[in-house]
Amino acid sequence: MNHTASPSPRPIRSESRLEQTLRSGRFAVTAELNAPDSADPQGVYRNALVLSKCCHAINATDGAGANCHMSSISCCALLTRAGYETVLQVNCRDRNRIAIQGDLLGAAAMGVRNVLCITGDDVSVGDQPEAKRVFDMDSVHLLRTASTMRDTGVFLSGRPIKTPPRLFLGAVAGPCTPPYDWRPERLAKKVEAGADFVQTQFCFNVERFRAYMGQVRQLGLHERVFILIGVGPLRSERAAEYMRTKIPGVWIPDDIVARMARAPRSQQREEGIRICVEIIEQVREIEGVHGVHVMAYRQEEAVAEIIERAGLLPIDGFEAGGCAPDDVHSPR
Amino acid sequence: MPDPAYMAEARRLPCSEWIKDHPRPLESLYRLTKQGVVRVYPLIKRISPRIAERLMAWGEVILKGWIFNCQMCGQCILHSTGMTCPMNCPKKLRNGPCGGVRHDNHCEVIAEMPCVWAQAWERSHSMRYYGDDMRILQPPVNHALQSMSAWANMVEGRDTDVPAGWDSAEGDEGADG
Repeated sequence: MNHTASPSPRPIRSESRLEQTLRSGRFAVTAELNAPDSADPQGVYRNALVLSKCCHAINATDGAGANCHMSSISCCALLTRAGYETVLQVNCRDRNRIAIQGDLLGAAAMGVRNVLCITGDDVSVGDQPEAKRVFDMDSVHLLRTASTMRDTGVFLSGRPIKTPPRLFLGAVAGPCTPPYDWRPERLAKKVEAGADFVQTQFCFNVERFRAYMGQVRQLGLHERVFILIGVGPLRSERAAEYMRTKIPGVWIPDDIVARMARAPRSQQREEGIRICVEIIEQVREIEGVHGVHVMAYRQEEAVAEIIERAGLLPIDGFEAGGCAPDDVHSPR
Repeated sequence: MPDPAYMAEARRLPCSEWIKDHPRPLESLYRLTKQGVVRVYPLIKRISPRIAERLMAWGEVILKGWIFNCQMCGQCILHSTGMTCPMNCPKKLRNGPCGGVRHDNHCEVIAEMPCVWAQAWERSHSMRYYGDDMRILQPPVNHALQSMSAWANMVEGRDTDVPAGWDSAEGDEGADG
């Protein structure tokens, strides 16, 4: 077990169970919940129930891939009410600074304790490319704004906030995206802007990631921010090909795609899970890695299998928790 | 995929890429322009503030428009971003590249165009004075200054006017006009 000492000498930021897990030196697991294309809350509860036993916190995506799904803030509203530990994802594509700051207050009021600040995929990759892109702020501005609201108790305008939102702030990093030698510097900027933890984009190239972490350690960033590596299972060779050509910022090396192609069709799902487990085993040995972030698009049930086979069960301490969907009273 | 011909950010005028790939003379040009503007603008302003602003704005549309495909944000940080205009990024990012940069260093949105930030990073390495400015945490854009003259705003101090909440955070490094 790779029990690294708790980075960041900063004080406790929030009542976040994810923060407590990371600060206690445990290897953290977060997982992505795929927001439904539905107005039925049961879809959210069903997915969360599958994930909750094998992770410390559940990320609710915010219009992933610039496609419209149930919003991150409403998924978090449903889940926090049921007792789950959630990570609210906020992108800069869809809302301006006024809307975002209002959402941060509302989210904290509902019990959200973790926020992931992201730039967001461009509208052109989604199914409504004719939409207006906002990008009033970038992810660094968003981080700084959120940390100002929390630490100084004021909006970006300087107007005071009566009860500041106590949030554990996350940033995204792209270790396998060019320009490679700038990526650690960009992370440094995000840490300076207030990032407490980092969830990376999919990491299929361990060698590239190792080089990135070397630079991160040189800058001393691994002692100031908790780093969770983005991983995920490939469902098939076709899915791998789709991801690396259509999803921005995802790099899947040829040898991994070839490995998927070699497996017979019926075995490809299993091969994808095996690759994912191997990557987790390799990256957790790297100094400065504090956890994994599992993104399994429409295969939530695979997450438990991956986490178990990677030897990360039981999720001790604070699991994402929550009660069964039957116990949740939906408003009429 | 949007047609790049329709996108203002995709425009590149003749020779402009070659000029930007040699950022050292541009640094000197930036210094000279700054000194010139600081002296000349107040003189014209005495005659007419409106004419002074218009003259500066025209100068920028022509000169910076040709070389940098200036988008007239009114708060120029060119010298801090490797002599590459960050407003040419379709996402208008001010603090570095997004996570969508392609493996040939091209833009996620306009596949035919090199990533503005990848170019900025490359060019900043050969700069003499402002290369390290790439690390500055740039404040959010003041959209009220759009289409105004950045030169006039620099002399008036409007371009470094950041929201009160931005300055109150710890470890601040203000941007240079």
